[in-house]
Amino acid sequence: MTKFSDLTRLPDARGHYGPYGGRFVSETLSFALEELESIYASLRDDPDFQAEFDRDLAHYVGRPSPLYHAERWSRELGGAQIWLKREDLNHTGAHKVNNTIGQALLAKKSGKPRVIAETGAGQHGVATATVAARLGLECEVYMGAEDVERQKLNVYRMQLLGARVIPVESGTRTLKDAMNEALRDWVTNVDNTFYIIGTVAGPHPYPMLVRDFNAVVGREARRQSQEQIGRLPDALVACVGGGSNAMGLFYPFVEDDEVKMYGVEAGGDGVETGRHAAPLASNAPRGVLHGNRTYLMSDEAGQVSDTHSISAGLDYPGVGPEHALWKDVGRVEYVTANDDAVLEAFRELTRVEGIMPALESAHALAHAKVLAPTMRPDQHIVVNLSGRGDKDIMTVAKLDGIVL
Amino acid sequence: MNRIDQRFADLKAQGRKALIPYLTAGDPGPEHTVGFMHALVEAGADVIELGVPFSDPMADGPVIQKACERALAKGVRLSHLFEMVAEFRRQDAATPVVLMGYLNPIERLGYQAFADAAAEAGVDGVLIVDMPPEEAEELGPILKARGLAMIFLVAPTTSEARAATICAHGEGYLYYVSLKGVTGSANVDAGDVASHLAPLRGLTELPLCVGFGIRDGASAAAVGGVSDGVIVGSALVSRIAEGAEAPEGIAPVLKTVLGEMRQALDA
Repeated sequence: MTKFSDLTRLPDARGHYGPYGGRFVSETLSFALEELESIYASLRDDPDFQAEFDRDLAHYVGRPSPLYHAERWSRELGGAQIWLKREDLNHTGAHKVNNTIGQALLAKKSGKPRVIAETGAGQHGVATATVAARLGLECEVYMGAEDVERQKLNVYRMQLLGARVIPVESGTRTLKDAMNEALRDWVTNVDNTFYIIGTVAGPHPYPMLVRDFNAVVGREARRQSQEQIGRLPDALVACVGGGSNAMGLFYPFVEDDEVKMYGVEAGGDGVETGRHAAPLASNAPRGVLHGNRTYLMSDEAGQVSDTHSISAGLDYPGVGPEHALWKDVGRVEYVTANDDAVLEAFRELTRVEGIMPALESAHALAHAKVLAPTMRPDQHIVVNLSGRGDKDIMTVAKLDGIVL
Repeated sequence: MNRIDQRFADLKAQGRKALIPYLTAGDPGPEHTVGFMHALVEAGADVIELGVPFSDPMADGPVIQKACERALAKGVRLSHLFEMVAEFRRQDAATPVVLMGYLNPIERLGYQAFADAAAEAGVDGVLIVDMPPEEAEELGPILKARGLAMIFLVAPTTSEARAATICAHGEGYLYYVSLKGVTGSANVDAGDVASHLAPLRGLTELPLCVGFGIRDGASAAAVGGVSDGVIVGSALVSRIAEGAEAPEGIAPVLKTVLGEMRQALDA
């Protein structure tokens, strides 16, 4: 038995991952969460459901996504070999669609005609609008007003797909406020509405659902590593906001003690400045927000802190509860990449490999850049390239002083 | 006997319904809250729910969200509520006070420290919107040991099995959420409320109080007719918002609004 062999048995029956997770919601939502839990319990081991999910992933999403050896970049960095798990090549351009395909199947089984979602960078909103279009479901997406501004392209994509995008003006006008507003919608329209949460946070069973649907990333990467490298990689690297792409990559490797894992949070202007979105790496206190207990950036009086990141998708004060546990038990090392290093990695991968990463994914690349030179050329790092960077062109152009 | 239990016992003996106003503490400024509480008691409040301002009030509509923002902007935090309740108690030893809010400020302070400070200030009950009984296994006994009642919500969507669990753990009174939605939502339907309260009567002796959608004398009387009490929040908090520029005029308005409900309930 390996050191971490008990980690895949979680969560417990009440959705706890050690002291984290749970179901901290107002009573009106308890029923809907119990219903969702029972729908999923009846389907997760159902071969027909799995077959339908696999079929959609193959023919609609385009899976498996390649594991690409970034030879030139690895050579330039002068250390370990870097492999990119190309989630950016999925339909809609990010890993987010794996989960929305899965939850849309659950929505269909639940018979509810309307879906809602929260979104930060817009990738989850686009992925939700996409599956809603395909299934003929009404779709409304909550998005912080600040994110609506910095991710205009994705806003229009969602509208073209037939979704209504609702800018959220309350609080910090980012992802956490979008999630507050989505929860308010759900509590009001719970009879006819399925809430498609986009990350491994929220009340039980969402962290488990989203993990299970994204774990296809790690299962493929494991098989591809064995085929292409001849063994498991030495290290995995993925960015962590709520933590869904990292969870998807890491989970199928969690019992492989020899595989090191690095979760890269948004360092913003630097953890020491306080302007960041790195609850794990900054050792934020334990707290409860959006239905689960986790590491949560808050002040001494328990008010949730403002966060900062160049990437809207990581701009969140909490993190999935399973990551919180993995930090405590030492399974994953959580580090940060600052905005400037992220931009540098974004530009470097674009020029050296001809692959433009999302700014979220560029956090993982920035850490791979630090890690690779400390390792030998016969060692291997798999980086989750969780999304493509088209949506960020406006942000980067603005920083370059260019008006498009 | 806890002040809440005493108050409901008295009301029952008098054949009256409880009138429970809610205020967000520190709105529009911390110096006004205790005065508002006394004004509400003068207008006929039986219990006061004092809201703890929170940055992310997920179960609240725009009226109470904005109240939280105004209070937070004035620097009001959980620790100030203890001071407010202690000050209130110097003049009023009888009216029960319930702190209502979200878990994170309590989680951050620590359960024991919270229970000690609340009890010492003269708080009688605690209602944490995002803490159902399943997650209250640790906090519940700590509150109980300090004589603080843990009050839970019951919703129209609550199953019979869950209702039994909630009734088994609840103290003080049960807060029945009259409709699916956030605070400050649409009007309440007394007939619908009655049909949901009937099965709860078989599960508990606790008083059944109803909140969400009570906005005037008529709705208070209608819901009071089928329950043990009514809780009114947004209808008061919106008056505070309207008067925020001239706060000295707020207390008389609160007294008028609540007084009308008191009259309608007692009629």
